[in-house]
Amino acid sequence: MSIDVRPTRNYLNANYSVWSWLASTDHKRVAILYMISLTLFFFVGGAAAVLFRLELMTPPGDLVISETYNKLFTLHGVVMVFFFLVPSVPATLGNFLLPLMIGAKDLAFPKINLASWYLFMAGGLFTIAAIVVGGVDTGWTFYTPYSSTYSNTNVIATAVGIFIVGFSSVFTGLNFIVTTHTMRAPGMTWFRLPLFVWALYATSLIMVLGTPVLAISLLLVAVERLFEVGIFDPAIGGDPLLFQHLFWFYSHPAVYIMILPGMGVVSEVITCFSRKRIFGYTFIAFSSLAIAVLGFLVWGHHMFVSGQSIYAGMIFSFLSMFVAVPSAIKVFNWTATLYKGSITLTTPMLYALGFIGLFTMGGLTGLFLATLAVDVHVHDTYFIVAHFHYIMVGGMVMAYLGGIHFWWPKMTGRLYPEWWGRISAVLIFFGFNLTFFPQFVLGYLGMPRRYHAYAEEFQVLNVMSSAGASILGVGYLLPLAYLIWSLKYGKRSGPNPWRAKGLEWETPSPPTTHNFVDTPVVTGPAYDYLPKDEGELEERHVPVESAS
Amino acid sequence: MDSGFRLFPEQGSAEAARVDALYYFLLSVSGFFTALVCVLILFFVVRYRRGAKVNRHNLGTNVTLEIVWTIIPLVLTMVMFGWGAQVYFDMRTPPEDCMEIHVVGKQWMWKIQHPDGRREINQLHVPVGRPVRLQMISEDVIHSFYLPAMRTKMDVLPGKYTTMWFRPTKPGRYHLFCAEYCGTSHSQMTGELVVLEPDDYAQWLRNAPDDVPLESLGRELFQQFRCHTCHAVDQQTSRCPPLEGIYNSEVTLADGSTVIADEAYLRESILRPAAKVVAGYKGVMPTYQGQIGEQGVLQIIEYLKTLEGASPASNQE
Repeated sequence: MSIDVRPTRNYLNANYSVWSWLASTDHKRVAILYMISLTLFFFVGGAAAVLFRLELMTPPGDLVISETYNKLFTLHGVVMVFFFLVPSVPATLGNFLLPLMIGAKDLAFPKINLASWYLFMAGGLFTIAAIVVGGVDTGWTFYTPYSSTYSNTNVIATAVGIFIVGFSSVFTGLNFIVTTHTMRAPGMTWFRLPLFVWALYATSLIMVLGTPVLAISLLLVAVERLFEVGIFDPAIGGDPLLFQHLFWFYSHPAVYIMILPGMGVVSEVITCFSRKRIFGYTFIAFSSLAIAVLGFLVWGHHMFVSGQSIYAGMIFSFLSMFVAVPSAIKVFNWTATLYKGSITLTTPMLYALGFIGLFTMGGLTGLFLATLAVDVHVHDTYFIVAHFHYIMVGGMVMAYLGGIHFWWPKMTGRLYPEWWGRISAVLIFFGFNLTFFPQFVLGYLGMPRRYHAYAEEFQVLNVMSSAGASILGVGYLLPLAYLIWSLKYGKRSGPNPWRAKGLEWETPSPPTTHNFVDTPVVTGPAYDYLPKDEGELEERHVPVESAS
Repeated sequence: MDSGFRLFPEQGSAEAARVDALYYFLLSVSGFFTALVCVLILFFVVRYRRGAKVNRHNLGTNVTLEIVWTIIPLVLTMVMFGWGAQVYFDMRTPPEDCMEIHVVGKQWMWKIQHPDGRREINQLHVPVGRPVRLQMISEDVIHSFYLPAMRTKMDVLPGKYTTMWFRPTKPGRYHLFCAEYCGTSHSQMTGELVVLEPDDYAQWLRNAPDDVPLESLGRELFQQFRCHTCHAVDQQTSRCPPLEGIYNSEVTLADGSTVIADEAYLRESILRPAAKVVAGYKGVMPTYQGQIGEQGVLQIIEYLKTLEGASPASNQE
């Protein structure tokens, strides 16, 4: 028998006014604000990708002119990296779940949390404005002296947008670190924390330590553009490689901001749907920290052909290889968690398993790039484009969608249509591989990235890639449609439709404004799934309240 | 440069074959582990699906297993590092007997100068079998000189010489790409590498009899900018250091340090003479930044290389 699962008041129906949302310091409402804004940015970035994949169907540049093409891939990169991937899991799922998972009533600094969303929107609108009034064509990497002296586009406005959004990252990271240290419920020791919290913690460290360096670099670009102070342009006494060092000192760790939280999501989903404790909890937890620390020591592997010294290249290659070890540990532990489990292929589980496969390929192809001699050939080709999309899209976006599906009942109190969910997960997996696998081949054949027009022998693989992208696009539109549909028509989920472990599932769905009536006391480890659960599981799809 | 569909690029040099061997090794390791993970996931998902009657007696965490799958990736990646570093070191260390060609990149073309003065744009003709060393510099933004068939590329920077080398082993026409995004017409900054039989190459060189060798062009510039009035070639004057035998010699600077007068030093001393003043001289030379293009600087350096030293060393041609 179950209790009545619908409290009269929850965080969603507490107040319906627009102002109650825009001025809310409730971490769950801020998470929803982030989710809506990120979805908008995701489809803006995706629209740019649709246009340049259409352009790349044919070798000559015939659909748009070069200036437009360059602005499109810059828009895609800037929006997807800074306005979707970096905040994706932390700002939505992390915001929503961190207090719930550790048994707290909110984050440590609720007002700073709301302020971070305002900063995010201010930065986002600044960047969108820069794009609307003419765009920017430097690529998301802003390499100097092109960005600082030669580009005639809105570099400064875009840089200001990214500068502002950086503070939103710092605020979020700071909030998560303090919350994890100070607000854990009684009995919630560090090694009883869900691995998602460990992943958020490692991510927050990078956000706080790395983002200021990016802000400084972009500020220096703006100073050089405005006042012609020689910083990066050798014509006025600067050093162009200085920018690359500064940029990658942030942007390589940022790559781990864009994957670690996804790894946290996968640990939660895999355990739930194999009804098992995670295999090697401490190894997974510390591998997150190891990845965060190593991330700060490997930036020079982006510069093997930049004119950096041979010996610097060797040291960076050597250090980069070590990132493979904690990554491999995670993959093997997830796989081992399936062993002797009781597995169901629900929508979140399909996304999580897809994540493991695609992340494995993304990680292994990273070794090609860390291997000096091979990198010399594939650097700045489609090989690298394919590699980082396997990590960021095959990895992070899969994890983000898996997490959204997993916690959707918690956030909204509704179930989505399960079969549509499975179809979307499978479509995205195959569409993704068809889009990006051919790009590995293209890269090794020598097709450079950021090419508006290309040689004829590359056409077949480019057409395959564009075909895959159209499948991928449909795969992304499906969840948008049925998740919105489920808000009104979805079955009510009850507090814990998956019979998952973890404090967040002990609250009603949707949770009340202050999460817990009484502060919970934790007495056992995370993922305390027991074999005896199996009997109960057969009724999983029966909504709990109708069973009562 | 046949335009048929293929999965692996042409090998234009022995170094390309070495890179490919390493690539195949990486492909096999990655293929093995991807297959391993996928097969295990599929196997577990089927065997341990909910409702299946199987033994689910749980073993818990296994430290031995954790150590095993920490060590194996560590060892494999160290092999990748060592192998990659070795090939990379050779790719970055040109042999002694290279023929030297100058490359100047600018938005959006490649300007190439052969030692005998033959110039070309977006095409690079070289003889088969000889190692070629490219001395490269950009006039504006960063470019990258990329020869996929040779499996090598190197960024071409403003303000700083970079070099790369390759030894083509098969005559033919190969792609030349700019690999570093450089603005609007980045994708048009392409060309071809034409590898010729030695006889054809000699013939190609003869086809342009009007070409003036680089050092002669350099001497003309040297006189045009009236460098010789201070750097008198025949006699030592007190105002400026003599230039005879300057190339690759050791120069003592005003602050007591020493530098080797290589191309980078000579270029800097022409464009920004105040940066490194030779000991015993005042920094009276004006800057030539903005007055001499990168090609001109390269020509002057070629001329300086021909000036024989007062005490002839063994490194003279």
